[in-house]
Amino acid sequence: MSTTTAEPAARANPTRRAWRPWGVIAWASALVFAAPVLWMVLTSLHSEPDAATNPPSLLAPLTLDGYADFFGGIGGAGPWPPLVNSFSASIGSTVIVLLLAIPAAYALSIKPVERWTDVLFFFLSTKMLPVVAGLLPIYLVAQFSGMLDNISFLTLLYTSMNLPIAVWLMRSFLAEVPREILEAAAIDGAGLITTLRRVVAPIAMPGIAATALICFIFSWNELLFARVLTGVVAGTAPVYLTGFVTSQGLFLAKVCAAAVVVSLPVLIAGFAAQDKLVQGLSLGAVK
Amino acid sequence: MLGREEGKPMRSHLRFAAAVAAAGLTAAACSGAGGGGSSDDAQSINVLMVNNPQMVDLQKLTADNFTRDTGITVNFTVLPENDVRDKISQDFSSQSGQYDVATISNYETPIYAKNQWLAPLDDYVEGDPAFDQADILPPIAESLKAEDGKIYAEPFYGEASMLMYRKDVLEAKGVRMPAKPTWQQVADIAARVDGAEAGMKGICLRGLPGWGELMAPLTTVVNTFGGTWFTEDWQARLNSPEFKEATNFYVDLVREHGQPGAAQSGFAECLNSMTQSKVAMWYDATSAAGQLEADGSPVKGKLGYAQAPTVRTEASQWLYTWAFGVQKASRKQDAAWKFISWASGKGYEELVGDTQGWAKVPDGKRSSTYANPDYLAKGGSFAKSVEEAIKGAKPDDPGVQRRPAPGIQFVGIPEFTDLGTQVSQRVSAAIAGGKTVDEALEESQGLAEKVAEKYRK
Repeated sequence: MSTTTAEPAARANPTRRAWRPWGVIAWASALVFAAPVLWMVLTSLHSEPDAATNPPSLLAPLTLDGYADFFGGIGGAGPWPPLVNSFSASIGSTVIVLLLAIPAAYALSIKPVERWTDVLFFFLSTKMLPVVAGLLPIYLVAQFSGMLDNISFLTLLYTSMNLPIAVWLMRSFLAEVPREILEAAAIDGAGLITTLRRVVAPIAMPGIAATALICFIFSWNELLFARVLTGVVAGTAPVYLTGFVTSQGLFLAKVCAAAVVVSLPVLIAGFAAQDKLVQGLSLGAVK
Repeated sequence: MLGREEGKPMRSHLRFAAAVAAAGLTAAACSGAGGGGSSDDAQSINVLMVNNPQMVDLQKLTADNFTRDTGITVNFTVLPENDVRDKISQDFSSQSGQYDVATISNYETPIYAKNQWLAPLDDYVEGDPAFDQADILPPIAESLKAEDGKIYAEPFYGEASMLMYRKDVLEAKGVRMPAKPTWQQVADIAARVDGAEAGMKGICLRGLPGWGELMAPLTTVVNTFGGTWFTEDWQARLNSPEFKEATNFYVDLVREHGQPGAAQSGFAECLNSMTQSKVAMWYDATSAAGQLEADGSPVKGKLGYAQAPTVRTEASQWLYTWAFGVQKASRKQDAAWKFISWASGKGYEELVGDTQGWAKVPDGKRSSTYANPDYLAKGGSFAKSVEEAIKGAKPDDPGVQRRPAPGIQFVGIPEFTDLGTQVSQRVSAAIAGGKTVDEALEESQGLAEKVAEKYRK
């Protein structure tokens, strides 16, 4: 480190050369991880017979038939009702989760309640039961309360599934808010709500964005409950996606096209929130 | 001063509360968009179907034909085979009435009927002479009745099994396929045509675990070799010499002259291999012929069809049908019958032939189909072979000994899905080379004996 100022020019080149293998490794591993996704996109652009060949025909002519089949629907109404269902369940549950998790996290970090560690552990303990163990009781509750095949019920489930995670995440983000700023706000006469809105929220915004995105992704991708609890009207996008799989006939291109379209909202949300996410995930910058 | 100091937070409180309320409303509104629960409108029914190509055609044709004529809207839910079975047993066992109609097979129909999950259809059939129940092929019609003799489902399409082979490839090798081959003849031909073209194997046989995958063709082979799962008095017979001989024959044939990756290939993979000229023969469901002969198929017109190969029995084909059943708890059974009467009727076959092509007709269920000149002319060379195969199928007497439960390629008891799948996993492991057939069957015998014990009591 002491040589940095002494010979900056001489140091630059060897350093870059020394790091080159790491660059290659980074690119190679990035390719390995991206390959399945790229494969999916490529397959979605092939015709069904080309998509099913073994060995794979990489250079087969491209076509949008898979997408046409997807948007034309497997007959019927097409992909819009399930996509709308997925959006309402994911966005609805994410909004409710944030509304509940932020005050809860506040009471566990900035103004901790008595025995807040126990409370925090209680939240986590609700995630300890395997999801599938709760499936049958939840199905019966839904059946007796007439909530089968109802997207509101799914929204409620996703809210309760994501709430503990959101509380834990938000607690750690809020714990990073410096006490000095809060004290300064109090001295300036700011009440609780003003402090929350004008002091805590701007600092915690990257954390809120990260939490929201995670909740959105978890609810968007949820398949187990959606498959069991929905039917004719409330089916979500992942359930619709599996509907293209058939044991008789070719379906690979269609399924890939469907998977690309269903992944897009999550990707878009991820890119849109990228700046906030990077800040949120590396929070500590306020210190 | 004080008033202002206190007023500010008050307004903030109000605004915050308003924001929360607005967000809550938005969420509720969003949630409401797709919600609403089940559609109680009398003029709509909910149908749960397996995602097979014939059902996809049905979905395309419903709105412009059935709904236009009757005013009844049909909401379809389409799922892969295993998922649809889970969903049907879930919905029907709880009799939640979410679905009015579901696709069930001749395996489920007698079992579900016994469980009181299905509505009998006899009265509807009598009141609907245009449906013409007498036209349904007898083995199919019989397989959709329950112990009480009532009709519980109507077939959408039926299938047996047969041997499909490449006429051109066999001819080039100077081989002639008998109309009713034996398994030994098939094995000899497989050896001769193996490698007839670059990358072409002799035969495709299912090896993918699953009671409805590997176990279906294998059980027909066991039947004709003289084996059985259970004797009439419920003794498991998986380690009998006949069962072992049949399984060894099947595993050896597919290992020597079968498709690569055999332990992972099911119907879809074999269909693929056949379409792409990777195999010269294929023993599987007759319903595959429609896809092999469809427009755009590279092997269209190159195929010959022979009856299922035999050893000790006269015939050895299986019998299977996807049929429509009505849930007992459905409150729209009249509308449900109208839909079934349309989809399983003669007119629907004409409609598919005219609009989608005659090779795509959901066939194998009605005698009249095989008297239809359009179908016979344009439906491909397989029509007569399929008719013969289905008419000759004997679900109550598929082998050389009497059976305790109906079924050719399955045993008609609820436990068979589990048992068949577990046994198929072991045989599939033998195909992959992980264990010997004898090991696989000795383990399987124990599993089958546990099931048999229950029925002996």
